[in-house]
Amino acid sequence: MHTASPPTTVPPSRTAASRARRRAVLPGFGISAAITSLVITSLVIFPLTVLVLRAASLGPAGFLAAAWTPRARAAYAVSLGSSLAAAVISSLVGLLVAWVLVRLEFPGRRILDALVDVPLALPTAVAGLVYSTLYVEKGWLGQWLVPMGIRGAYSLLGIVLVLVFVSVPFAIRVVQPVIESLDKDTEEAARLLGASRSQTFFRVVLPGILPAVVTAFALSLARALGEYGSVVFISGNMPFKTEIAPVLIVSRLEEFAYAEATAIAVVLLGMSLSMLLVVNVLQQRLARNAQ
Amino acid sequence: MTSKPRDAATATSPLGLLLITGAVATVGLLIVAPLASVFVDAFSNGPQAWWEALAHDPDTRHAIWLSLTVAPIAVLINTIFGVAAAWLVARFRFPGRSLLVSLFDVPFSVSPVVAGLALVLIFGRQGLLGPTLASLAVKVIFAWPGLVLATTFVTLPLVARELIPVMEAIGPEEELAAVSLGASGWQVFWRVTLPNIRWALLHGIVLANARAMGEFGAVYVVSGHIAGATDTMPLRVEKLFQEYRTPASMAVASVLAALALLTLVAKVFIERQLEAESQELEAARATSADTDPTTGGDGS
Repeated sequence: MHTASPPTTVPPSRTAASRARRRAVLPGFGISAAITSLVITSLVIFPLTVLVLRAASLGPAGFLAAAWTPRARAAYAVSLGSSLAAAVISSLVGLLVAWVLVRLEFPGRRILDALVDVPLALPTAVAGLVYSTLYVEKGWLGQWLVPMGIRGAYSLLGIVLVLVFVSVPFAIRVVQPVIESLDKDTEEAARLLGASRSQTFFRVVLPGILPAVVTAFALSLARALGEYGSVVFISGNMPFKTEIAPVLIVSRLEEFAYAEATAIAVVLLGMSLSMLLVVNVLQQRLARNAQ
Repeated sequence: MTSKPRDAATATSPLGLLLITGAVATVGLLIVAPLASVFVDAFSNGPQAWWEALAHDPDTRHAIWLSLTVAPIAVLINTIFGVAAAWLVARFRFPGRSLLVSLFDVPFSVSPVVAGLALVLIFGRQGLLGPTLASLAVKVIFAWPGLVLATTFVTLPLVARELIPVMEAIGPEEELAAVSLGASGWQVFWRVTLPNIRWALLHGIVLANARAMGEFGAVYVVSGHIAGATDTMPLRVEKLFQEYRTPASMAVASVLAALALLTLVAKVFIERQLEAESQELEAARATSADTDPTTGGDGS
């Protein structure tokens, strides 16, 4: 980006030999900087700037009129509410599964470890389709749950379920390495000094992994807020009830209501970028704690 | 998957067993049951019906072909970007570097729908470049270039994210040595860097390909959803579902799910290679630290 200032090669390890070589500069700064900034500028910065400028051109009053309609407000509420619920569930499930994977030895542990990544590879549309067929009245799970009054398809619960599905691998993979790095000796010392199992967990273990769990929560929330593919299948997309913000953007677009779609998209973009900022700060703190 | 691992009972406490059961049941219900039901539903009318749903529907055939075209192009762009970005970030220090790294993450956190809309605002008929493109008779939105752009955006950071930590762990010593021996930039890359990062690169490519094949939201917005023209496989799944042709929809979904499983198998294999290589690297570091007199002082 700043090609004017001379680049310096990363100082490798602190051996004498490398100290002598430090002045040597690797080639390829120019071309790698050119490719990187071209792609980032044209594909990320430019489109998002155009989006924001389009929304800004509506003026404050026009923007509010487009982005703050009752239907849009309901969609933000559904989006935020279901994403928050999914993020809470994902971070708790993430903690449980990560703990079991790291600390307990049992047959099939490696299979479980691999299965956790399924949602990263499975297209979200497939997930949405399958979830909706599982939880309808005649589905595998719906035939038991629907008579009990639990509707997992075409409901808020369905939205939360698929959002947990798409966000849970992120939660598990954030917490897992932190549990791995925990010092088992401290726990054993606490137990030897007479602390109960729950005291050890809440006083010794939890403070160590809490930052990771909070990061897992924020990452899950960020992932869930933007999700579209899976939700569109299972939610039923009823305005004011089960319509999330991304679905509302698409339906406004299909009505060629570009101004309204753009304004809602900017609100959603603001939420996503502030989540990204939170995640970045949290992860920096995590890295500092690890040192 | 929901059976209790009885063999572990001696090794773990009742609480341990309870936790294992909880984790296995949750993953089973949340992940395994949906995955299994795709295949069961897809083959519920026999393999014959499954095959016919895929091969005898021209729109589905076209969707498969389109996905197999769009995803590799997007992955190729991502690979070039990923390698360049990793080289830049892992090998050089420059002002704005950390800002650049956080920009890599933006496509992960922006809703795919928002990304698609931004592309429409640029390339669509009423978009910023719309009139220019129309005069050149180039179609981006509601055509395959739009699909490629949307897919590339969504999968952008995947290759770079895999390469950066691996390249930082390896360090620039070998490359600097090659340069000081007179190797050209490309020689360094092909002979030194690429062999060192090949598994990490493959890992990123496999993950990016899985995301690219499965992308829905961003592609949905830019494609216009035209059957037989701009429908990719995930979009075809949705259209068949909307037309109440759930068995056919499940058949297409089962192909995507099989691809996801294949991706995971490849991922596990690649991760084993990566682990072996990072252990080798550590072992090499340890031996060189032992023999290097300059680091002997703080060694033990």
